[in-house]
Amino acid sequence: MSANNPIPGIDAGDDNRGASVIVIGGGVTGLSTAFWLAEAGVDVLVLERGIVGWEASGRNGGGCSHHHSPLFAEEQRLWPMMDEFLGYPTEFRPNRIRIALSPEQFTLYGRAVANARKQGFRADDLDAQAVRELVPLAGDNVHAGHYYHFGGHANPHRTVQAYAWALRDRGGRLRQHVTVIGFRRQGDRVTAVRTDKGDFGCDHLVIAAGPQTGRLAAMLEVDIPMRAARAEMIVTEPLPLMPLGGIDGNGLYGRQTLRGNLAYGGGPHEWVETEAQPGGPRPSTPLAGSIARRLAELLPKAAHARVIRSWAGIIENTPDGRPVIDRPALWQNLTVATLSGVGFGLSPASGRALMQLVTQGRCNFADLSSLRLGRFDRLEPDWDALQGWLPAAMATA
Amino acid sequence: MTTDPRSVAGKRLEIAERTQILVVGAGPAGIAAARHAHQGGAQVMLVDEHPVPFETMGESVPQIWGGRMGGAVRNRNAMTEWMLEARPDLVELFDLGIDIRLGTACWGLFANQPNLGWMPGLVAGLVDEEQGSHLVGFDQAVVATGRRDMGLAFPGWDLPGVLGAGAALMLARLYDALDSRRAVMLGSTPEALLAALELMDAGVTIAAVVEQAAAPAAPEDLVARIRAAGVEIVTGEAPRGVTSDADGVTGLVLRNRTIACDSVLLGVGAVPMIDLLHAAGARCAFDNGRGGFVPLLGAGGETSLPGIRAAGDCAGIWAAKSADPALAEAEGRLAAGAALAALGLASASAGDAPQPGPAADLGEYRKAWVRASVVEAVADMPVCQCEEVTAREILDVSPPRYLNAPPLPNLTRSLTEILGEGPPDPDQIKRLTRAGMGPCQGRRCREQIQALLALQDDLSLGVVPLAGHRSPVRPISLAAAATPEDPAIAAAWDSWFGMPRQWVPFWDVEEHYTVAALATEKEHVSE
Repeated sequence: MSANNPIPGIDAGDDNRGASVIVIGGGVTGLSTAFWLAEAGVDVLVLERGIVGWEASGRNGGGCSHHHSPLFAEEQRLWPMMDEFLGYPTEFRPNRIRIALSPEQFTLYGRAVANARKQGFRADDLDAQAVRELVPLAGDNVHAGHYYHFGGHANPHRTVQAYAWALRDRGGRLRQHVTVIGFRRQGDRVTAVRTDKGDFGCDHLVIAAGPQTGRLAAMLEVDIPMRAARAEMIVTEPLPLMPLGGIDGNGLYGRQTLRGNLAYGGGPHEWVETEAQPGGPRPSTPLAGSIARRLAELLPKAAHARVIRSWAGIIENTPDGRPVIDRPALWQNLTVATLSGVGFGLSPASGRALMQLVTQGRCNFADLSSLRLGRFDRLEPDWDALQGWLPAAMATA
Repeated sequence: MTTDPRSVAGKRLEIAERTQILVVGAGPAGIAAARHAHQGGAQVMLVDEHPVPFETMGESVPQIWGGRMGGAVRNRNAMTEWMLEARPDLVELFDLGIDIRLGTACWGLFANQPNLGWMPGLVAGLVDEEQGSHLVGFDQAVVATGRRDMGLAFPGWDLPGVLGAGAALMLARLYDALDSRRAVMLGSTPEALLAALELMDAGVTIAAVVEQAAAPAAPEDLVARIRAAGVEIVTGEAPRGVTSDADGVTGLVLRNRTIACDSVLLGVGAVPMIDLLHAAGARCAFDNGRGGFVPLLGAGGETSLPGIRAAGDCAGIWAAKSADPALAEAEGRLAAGAALAALGLASASAGDAPQPGPAADLGEYRKAWVRASVVEAVADMPVCQCEEVTAREILDVSPPRYLNAPPLPNLTRSLTEILGEGPPDPDQIKRLTRAGMGPCQGRRCREQIQALLALQDDLSLGVVPLAGHRSPVRPISLAAAATPEDPAIAAAWDSWFGMPRQWVPFWDVEEHYTVAALATEKEHVSE
């Protein structure tokens, strides 16, 4: 809507005040960061090119069990409290059962369990009968499983909007449909964000813009190596609720939503060109059939359930697939963040860590050294070709 | 060159069959296209989802059947026979030797485009009861998926007996299984009145035509034909509810009177069935002269996806075209001719596609109906029947009922507050309220939600963006959806990206990451 056709009650286009901290990117990472900043009393403004959570933040499996991450413990501590913190339902539900249909899958999933146990989290081994008792839709093909007394799942759409509303409730601001076109700088400080709606001054800048993070950081001579890929999920019609919705395995990630739908993904991804401006098509492909096959194997008693949609998301990945959460040395007042395709579940913790990086220069609850940008200092310049991450030739728009 | 073993690179889609020209939909446009393509020397496959499985019909797919399909629709062989009797020109195509697949739904079309590059040419996903889901490769497609009826909520509209006007016509003519004797038509568009006349031919009594506006929407000659047939046209009225018994509707309650009937026919809008094209990535735009959102078409009916063409009602609906199938047939022939030319089997055709004339403001008409029936309703009823979401819940962006959330007084949680400076987006509303997220895939509520959002902010209808369509555009069971698969996909399957270092625990991460260092193997860990 243009300024000459305003929405009643909203002053469109005249809120060009800057902020103490500007966050670029209205996905879960940026919104969580802004929420924690506002909670800490910081004057914060989020700039989003489209609508909040429109990209990978709203297109994921909703999982909250990231045993490999230095933010794991904080992720586990925060999720059970997030509904109360935010004041809006995220649909978080704790715990997860991972089902192995073969000894090989059980071994593979066991390594993740070992990592969690090492950090003090409990996971039980389940035999096939125990899995069937806990998972009504499972079948005779179960080999074994694990019960995680941690992790769980939440609703990505509702969580994104909960962050946005909670941010506003604390006096933070959110501007949607604002496109960043550049920056103003003074010495080693970023002083303003230039956008199609005017310039917004800032004392500190956070870039948390998913696949666009690399391009935006490059405007400030900060190199964050990343490549984008497309991944897909399918959704069935609602089924009666299982006692635990956090059920996955057999090469799939996903969950039964609180409404009863089965939402699952997995399988091959496709490397794509990073869009100059996001908003292109997000096509899903016949891989939906391969996901459906594995879901019918995982939960045979749901084989009659009808697939009612599929969707695809574009995900950025760093060369090792791990997040970058850092303050680049080139700038006094810049913080950058990419969660490298695994951002939703970690968002309560990543946002709090980023808030601390901004306000204190360091994180006091997690060792973020494995997420330093500097780990790529010796990276081969053609790392993407070496890893086979170059997109095939694609039709153009 | 290195390839990422867990990516689609080097993976194959299992294409079960190939054809030169795929025609989707065996209505007038599809039949004309298939015949023309066959006569031009192309290998043609014509698919049509009818007869639709009974269980699928129960979900209002692909039409709002409203429970008024007679028991005969359970007998698929009988239904196929009726279809052939109803469409003698289809029998003619069988006799010509064209490969015709009835009872076969096309649930997806796939074409390389930005963000998708691994399709081996153009691919269609088909499903039928015998083979389940399978893929067909094609060089050119003519999509002629037709139309469906705009849903319109009023108290009781979820009862058996409330069905689409076009759906009723399809049950009567194609299936000979319309379980209705006496119906009231809501809406007086040309399409509604033409349907009323045809239903009368089929033996249905039209008790009345109800129009919320002060005068009928259709041209005078059509209105005169309805009146000449003895049908009352009630203007300035809107449904307030229904009377009903165990079999569904027994009467339609208006503001000032009740009309006895066994069916209420939704005739307020005939909507181009663009789901397949939109889900495939074809660009669509609102076109007042063509019945709403339609694919943007170039010469030969080509969509923005090269080689994929549209013809018939899914390319646009207007009064003259609704009255005379010759226009849809002409579109079908033109699209087929262009497909033949693209294959080198014919020279480029010279014909021009039929064009709509000036049209009344469709957006205002549909918004007026939604205001009169949905907004001014005296009782709460679902607009989205699958997810049971009312108009008030949509406009308040209320959390879905399964959350049992206490009402939130917070003013920031309002429709206007979440929009920013963009127009209200039905996809965002869908994510938050679940309106449009159910098994009918939004067929019953999509246009109403668009109108509600437009009414709320006093926007013209076409300003509200088109909500997304996603494949599969027909609901398919998990068991049936499992397509045959390249063994290489199974061999490399990983729940996520399968990167060698992504799930290494943080205490075990090397100080520097290089591709060369990956030569040091670490155990593969799952996400």
